[in-house]
Amino acid sequence: MKKNILIAGVGGQGILTIASIIDHAAMQQGLYLKQAEVHGMSQRGGAVQSHLRISDTEIFSDLIPLGEADLIISLEPMEALRYLPYLSDEGMLITATRPFVNIDPYPDLEALLDEIKLRCRQHLLVEADRLALEAGNPKAANVVMAGAAARYIGIDRQQLGASLTSLFEAKGKTITESNARAFAMGIAITTDH
Amino acid sequence: MTDRELLLGAEVIARAALDDGLSGVYAYPGTPSTEITEYIQQSDEARSGRVRAAWSANEKTAYEAALGMSYAGKRSMVCMKHVGLNVAADAFINSAVTGVKGGLVVVVADDPSMHSSQNEQDTRYYARFAQLPLLEPSNQQEAYDCMRYAFNFSETTALPVLVRITTRLSHSRSTIVRRPSATPNPLLPDTDRRKWILLPANARRQYQHLLDMQPRLTEASEQSPFNRITESARPSDTGIIAFGLAYNYVMETISRHKLDLPVLKLSHYPLPPTMVSGFAARFRRIIVAEEGYPIYEELFRGFFGDSRFAGRLDGTLPRTGELTPDALEKALVPEYHKTLREVPPVVAPRPPELCQGCGHRDLYDALNEVMSTYEQRHVFADIGCYTLGALPPYNAINTCVDMGASVTMAKGAADAGLHPAVAVIGDSTFTHSGITGLLDAVNDRSAVTIIISDNYTTAMTGGQDSAATHRLADICRGIGVEAAHIRTLVPLKKHHDENLSILKEEFEYPGVSVIIACRECIQTARRRKSSEHKK
Repeated sequence: MKKNILIAGVGGQGILTIASIIDHAAMQQGLYLKQAEVHGMSQRGGAVQSHLRISDTEIFSDLIPLGEADLIISLEPMEALRYLPYLSDEGMLITATRPFVNIDPYPDLEALLDEIKLRCRQHLLVEADRLALEAGNPKAANVVMAGAAARYIGIDRQQLGASLTSLFEAKGKTITESNARAFAMGIAITTDH
Repeated sequence: MTDRELLLGAEVIARAALDDGLSGVYAYPGTPSTEITEYIQQSDEARSGRVRAAWSANEKTAYEAALGMSYAGKRSMVCMKHVGLNVAADAFINSAVTGVKGGLVVVVADDPSMHSSQNEQDTRYYARFAQLPLLEPSNQQEAYDCMRYAFNFSETTALPVLVRITTRLSHSRSTIVRRPSATPNPLLPDTDRRKWILLPANARRQYQHLLDMQPRLTEASEQSPFNRITESARPSDTGIIAFGLAYNYVMETISRHKLDLPVLKLSHYPLPPTMVSGFAARFRRIIVAEEGYPIYEELFRGFFGDSRFAGRLDGTLPRTGELTPDALEKALVPEYHKTLREVPPVVAPRPPELCQGCGHRDLYDALNEVMSTYEQRHVFADIGCYTLGALPPYNAINTCVDMGASVTMAKGAADAGLHPAVAVIGDSTFTHSGITGLLDAVNDRSAVTIIISDNYTTAMTGGQDSAATHRLADICRGIGVEAAHIRTLVPLKKHHDENLSILKEEFEYPGVSVIIACRECIQTARRRKSSEHKK
């Protein structure tokens, strides 16, 4: 078992929460893992990404080689496209569809979505913000995305859900429950799919 | 693997130091080294007062304090980013001559590719310069193991020991296995004055001692657990020498492409001469992979150029920037070609920006408006979030060189006749390296306006304590800036007109003036409010 997952977004969107759910689950499964992340200047509203590698054998590089990512999870449609050279031929791209507009001009959203459809045979577009709102936690778009990606991560969904719970336990019952709903709504997308 | 802990590389360094009986860490924040000290500050050891961990004013004061703790017999660590070692260089080089008592480990985090830095200088040069041992771990577990080795080695050799990490290792998580903790050293100050008083007569003897130690240091490298050879199954005419983190990319490529190549992994300096020359003698071609400058590739080639060595100097690997698995794949498997998906042209760059609600924004709006009334429009800026004023829509600054340079460059330009001569510097950068420059300006009565954009924190690195919050005006007065020309403003839209007048008035004053623009960092303000809310 070996999975290379690239998580993309804009500084502050919560990509590291997705990474920490997968990290925790991978550790519970006794897998090797490496997870490179971006700290420093780019965190100020810039493009950020995390390379996450999990495997049942030793992992050497902290970075995913180009063309070797099995999965890209993006919290933003333009950021989903930025890392396409990393995506493998059979790779899956899952992105939230709501743009994070902090540059002027920001590209036309339809053009971005068309590029995703054109360039990735396997893709999934998720209205993560809407689903998070429905789940009762507008901040949980990243958790929705973790749920939507769950079946492609290579780790049992129950384990991922349990890891989510244990990471947020300290934040209290309300947040834990709304996160669990957000995660379940993400999962539901791919089970209907 | 239940006994494993998941940590960032930087946190591994911190965890190891705590487990190794650390008594104090000294540091100034700087990406990618900040998280080492932050981890220690949040640890039980520091919270209970057993380990000293508050931020220092700059890397030089940090280094000297760590040296003092070592003098007293205890284990200390000093952490900094690569350019921080330039600030601490005087103390660093001379501490190689004095030597140490308690173990002193100097952790320097280099930033190849300049993710958050002005240059990509390689700390391994400094280790050669100072003639001190350096360990360069290739992964998180080795970083943990290196630290224990470094503290012990520092005490057995009575020398400071460097540990060099880079951004990629510092900011990458993996699991480690910890070892049983060591007990902190008792207070046992060094009594050998001849060692510590570097008068020329003592310094000459101490320097000779450092030279005499070198064979012992290379012998330790020959025996080091961190240097090792992995042989190929069949004889090969190509060998690889991989340093530190580069080893990972070499092994990634070897395992993915099932290559059969012998690899000499080196993580302990000075290099082991017998091991390296014995290995190199066996091959017609040797690929040298270094994460940083091609320091050893250049040495291996020699001045007259032994062309058996390939690496960053002949284009086998990129001359600049951090290495990647892709760069090593190209070097080791040049015939391999893979078609990659392309990034469509519709994707626009998304550079970092000043936060919405950041006081620097309103300061730059006012500053730009006043500067537009002058023929000469030059603003000397400094290192921090406000350097982002270089980008659109502000395009507000003309320079950013090194910590504190805004003040002294504005002074020099004023001395040359430039008017207005304006500096913009953050509160933490001012206390790090701006105060002495301001003293120069006062003594010379230079016609400068120093704007301290004060957000009460060290913001760029994540909101660490700033050394003199709410005492900046007192400091300026104490240095000799006239009280009438120490002005305070609040960079908010509602004060815009008033702020324009203050800036204009001080630009027109033909002496030293300081304008302190005070507004709490929006990030730390948010965190403060949310923690107050919880209480």
